[in-house]
Amino acid sequence: MESETKTHVDQIKSPTGYPVAVLRYVGDIASTSKEAVLGSYEALPRETTKLILLDFTKVDYINSSGIALVIQLLIQAAHSGQTVCIYGLSAHFTKVFTMVGITKYARLFPSQTDALAAL
Amino acid sequence: MSEPKSTSVEVRLPTKMGYEKVAMSTASAVAKLMGFPEDRIEDLKTAVAEACINAIEHGNRLNEKLSVGVVLRADTDMLEVKVIDDGKGITAHPVKPDIDRKMHGEEDARGMGMFLIQALVDEAEWVKGSDGKSSYVRLVIKLNKAAE
Repeated sequence: MESETKTHVDQIKSPTGYPVAVLRYVGDIASTSKEAVLGSYEALPRETTKLILLDFTKVDYINSSGIALVIQLLIQAAHSGQTVCIYGLSAHFTKVFTMVGITKYARLFPSQTDALAAL
Repeated sequence: MSEPKSTSVEVRLPTKMGYEKVAMSTASAVAKLMGFPEDRIEDLKTAVAEACINAIEHGNRLNEKLSVGVVLRADTDMLEVKVIDDGKGITAHPVKPDIDRKMHGEEDARGMGMFLIQALVDEAEWVKGSDGKSSYVRLVIKLNKAAE
């Protein structure tokens, strides 16, 4: 019943020329999304990946188990000295992410352009 | 004086992760018919989803022989949703997640469901079944609250 989460990984450059990894999620972010959220993140080369964007533009459903996976990603990123920004959340999930405190560890932006401009 | 009219809708979900989305869709459809604004409907959908996930995972302990009942009652000024499972009920109280403790591994990254439920609806209560099962969580969103 839960739709399979897919993650597309893009390597792009910030406006200032730094490499940025973009994890683009498609589908639900729920308890079944561990490989899509954490697996795709852990496959990034840690030595060269210091800026990461999480793209939720094509995600309609996120539950608390899915939010916990994002928090686990942020924990690993903090340990690796990486900066994570999030964009593409709906107004509702922007509110939910703010309520649980994620904004203390990852800034939220409406679009990829806005996120890249802030890096 | 006549009693205010109310309308009930009932859904029975299998104890399988993912079927909470059926309850979300049903609650959304009823709330739309009642005239709730979109942002309140999104709040309700997430609260209902979290209540169903708790019922599936903790109440029914993923036992596929059991089912989860979802009963919606639409009154003139409020929508009540009861999510019923065969568990003994929850004794814990909703606690605001501490993101710092989570980030430092001092608190489980999970465990935000009850907090989200309480934060997103106007009323939430967890009721233990008198017979040791048929426990439920009761959620309410109010139309006049939406207009404030």
